[in-house]
Parts: sequence; structure tokens; C-alpha cells
Amino acid sequence: MIRKIMTADEAVADINDGASVMVGGFLGTGTPEILMDALVRKGVKHLTIICNDGGLPAKDGKPARGVGKLLEKGMVDHLIASHVGMNPLVGQGMNDGTLKCTLVPQGTLAERIRAAGAGLGGVLTPTGVGTMIAEGKETLTIDGKEYLLEKPLKAEFALCRASECDDFGNFRCNLATKNFNGVMALAADTVIIASERIIKTGENHPDDFVVPGIFVDRIVGGEMPWLI
Amino acid sequence: MADLKARIAARTAKELKDGDVVNLGIGLPTLVANYIPDDVHIVIHSENGFTGLSEEVKEGDEHPDVINSGGCFVRHTPEANFFDTAMSFSIIRGGHVDATVLGAMQVDEKGNLANWIIPGKMVAGMGGAMDLVVGARKVIISMLHTQKGKHKILKECNLPLTAVKCVDMIITEMGVMEITDDGIVLKELHPDFTLEEIQEATGCELIISPDLKPMEEA
Repeated sequence: MIRKIMTADEAVADINDGASVMVGGFLGTGTPEILMDALVRKGVKHLTIICNDGGLPAKDGKPARGVGKLLEKGMVDHLIASHVGMNPLVGQGMNDGTLKCTLVPQGTLAERIRAAGAGLGGVLTPTGVGTMIAEGKETLTIDGKEYLLEKPLKAEFALCRASECDDFGNFRCNLATKNFNGVMALAADTVIIASERIIKTGENHPDDFVVPGIFVDRIVGGEMPWLI
Repeated sequence: MADLKARIAARTAKELKDGDVVNLGIGLPTLVANYIPDDVHIVIHSENGFTGLSEEVKEGDEHPDVINSGGCFVRHTPEANFFDTAMSFSIIRGGHVDATVLGAMQVDEKGNLANWIIPGKMVAGMGGAMDLVVGARKVIISMLHTQKGKHKILKECNLPLTAVKCVDMIITEMGVMEITDDGIVLKELHPDFTLEEIQEATGCELIISPDLKPMEEA
């Protein structure tokens, strides 16, 4: 089955203004850069982006990385992330009122996404109890310990990066590129992966792929190792 | 200043035991890894997705798929294992990290910690810090005792908290302190300072341990 394979521009063609989009990666490592580039070419606006961080800004002649590319072009209205300190564009956008940023503890962000994809009504976590993160949230006491109820987080699209996939969409993320790519593939209506390599189904042992291809709607080849 | 940070890192390293799984924050806490004795083997957890973090690599020697949680290209040890964020934070919240070493903007005598936001000024975000201080078995704050003379160890934090009653120990260039139900107990005092000086640099009353020792040098 190879019908899922297409170009990056075809893959993002129906991501329109105002869409909610999950983007894998941690400070750019594990982010599908060719899909970021395709979104920039499309010039889509008012996005809600769910990502670990704000990517990296362009610096010292190097281009922006990850969702930093979208922030640079003013394409994002709302960023849901755990850490935005490495990209000054986020702070600037918040200060001048062009960007809303919702900060979520990193472990909670992963579990909220996983909950959405796993059919759970939320997660109970001790993280954030007694802090401003708890404001407006329900708390429950289980066996004497207090937990916050954190609700599922889903999106219309998930853009994930694979190191290798087969043409059915089963994929693997090497080393520290895994981060959010696996959980996000469960939690969006349409899942697009950009892969460094695409092989034919059956060429690899099934154990070599960790994320099931049944989640994947579209496959794009040509993702490159980050040229340092 | 570099010497003071080295002193703090070296003393912090003595808190880590053979076999510990440890998460080190960005900045001064990262230096702790340089002072682990050869006969103590710790496993460093990197919350972006692996256990077995090793040192930073020089330019030209980077692997594009291996960074630490500060975004620096790093090596990994032979026993390293890589996993996704859900697993990484299961390790953290599930009590599988023996100790975490972090910096702080403020710590108070109840063990409350503030290190993620200065409203209206700094919006870095908490990243993994809120999960780490709630989940790690031991939370060590390693930092300079004051912010250019301004108290960081307080009776009560006034910045938004990272977590409530989470800090076990504070290590600064002036001394080593433990958080107890009664308050902050000074266990070790560095010979460069007097009791009056460390108390003056602290925003709450220190309880002097009856067993007060000189802070161990590296």
C-alpha cells in the first residue's frame, strides 16, 4: 500500500487558517522540518500550535528551527508548550499581544496528548498541585495524595518526524528524536509524517518499527538530518 | 564566580551515590557531572528522552539526533536507552529518579521552590521542572546563596511556585542546608564565612545543627 506517499506541499494542502496542529520535536530535534517549510510556503495563519517548545530562532546566519519558522512568519496565534525560553520571539509576541502562550508542564503535556489518543478522560498528576497551574482545575485526593485533573489535548493535525518508515506508515524515530512524535500520532484527526527514509513494507522486521502505521494518514519522504 | 560554582558543584557531587539515577538541570547543576568520583557510577537522565547522558561534544563531532534538554549536542554512554517523552516523565513522576539537582530563583523554609517564571519579565516556562521536583526522590537546589546580594532563601517565596514542599537540600558557596519540618537546618558552613555572614545572606532564620561541620572542599 503506497497511496499515502506524497510531497510536503500536498501533505499540508488542507491545513488552513485557524487549524490546530501538533508538532513533534524538542528544540527542533525530532521536528519534521520539511513540513514546517511547506507550511511557511503555504503562508497559513492563525494556527494553534501544540509543541514542546517554541523551536529555535534564526541566529548567527543559521535558519530558524522547528516551530521557530512559523513564529518568525507570524503564523501562530496560540502556542501550547512547556518551555519557550530558547526562542525570544515567543516572549516578544506575548508582550505585544500578537501571540497567546499556554504553558503546560512537560510531563503533563505528553500525558494530556496521550490521554486524547488513548481514549482517556484525562490524567491525574501530582505535578502542579499548589501552583498557578492548578488554578481553575479540579483536584482529587487518592489514597491521601492530591492530584490535578488534566484534560485530554487533541488537534486536527499532527506533524511528526520519522527516521525510517515503511510505505504503510509504520515508523521509528532514532535516538533523541522520539520525544512527542509517538504520542502525537495518536491524538490528531490527520497524521502526517516526514521521514528520512521510506522502505517497502516487509523489508524490515516488524519489531524495528515502534509507532503503528495505522495512525499515519500521509507520508512525506526527504526529511534530512539537521545540518549543523 | 567560576570557583564558587565549582565549589558548589563539587559538594553537590558528594550527595550522589553509586547506582543513582540523576537528573541535572541546566547551568550550574550540569557541572556536577564533572565532580563524580571514578568509583561512583551514576546514570544521568535527560528529560528530552534518554538515560545515559554523557558529556557535550565539540563542534564537528555532533550527532544530529542526540541533544540534551538544554539543546546542546551530547554523547551518550554505552548503556544509554532512548525513549519518548511519556516514558521519560513516567520515569520522573514514578519515583525512578533518585535525585535531581536544579537551580532556583527562590526557596523558602518550608521547602517551596520558585524557579520558572517572573511575571511580566521572564516567560521561559517550566519545561520539565515541575514534574522533576514532584517526582524525584531527592531534590537538591545548588545555587549561589544570593542574587547579587538579594536574598534567594526566604521565609516565604513570593514568586509563583514550581512546587510546594519539594526541596530536601540547598547547597551554596556558603554552606549546606537541609529542609526539615522545623525549618532550614545549617549542616555545613564554608570556612570562608562566619555564622553571622550566612545568616545575613539568608531571608529566614537558620537553625544551626548541633553537629555543624565545615563544608567539604572539592
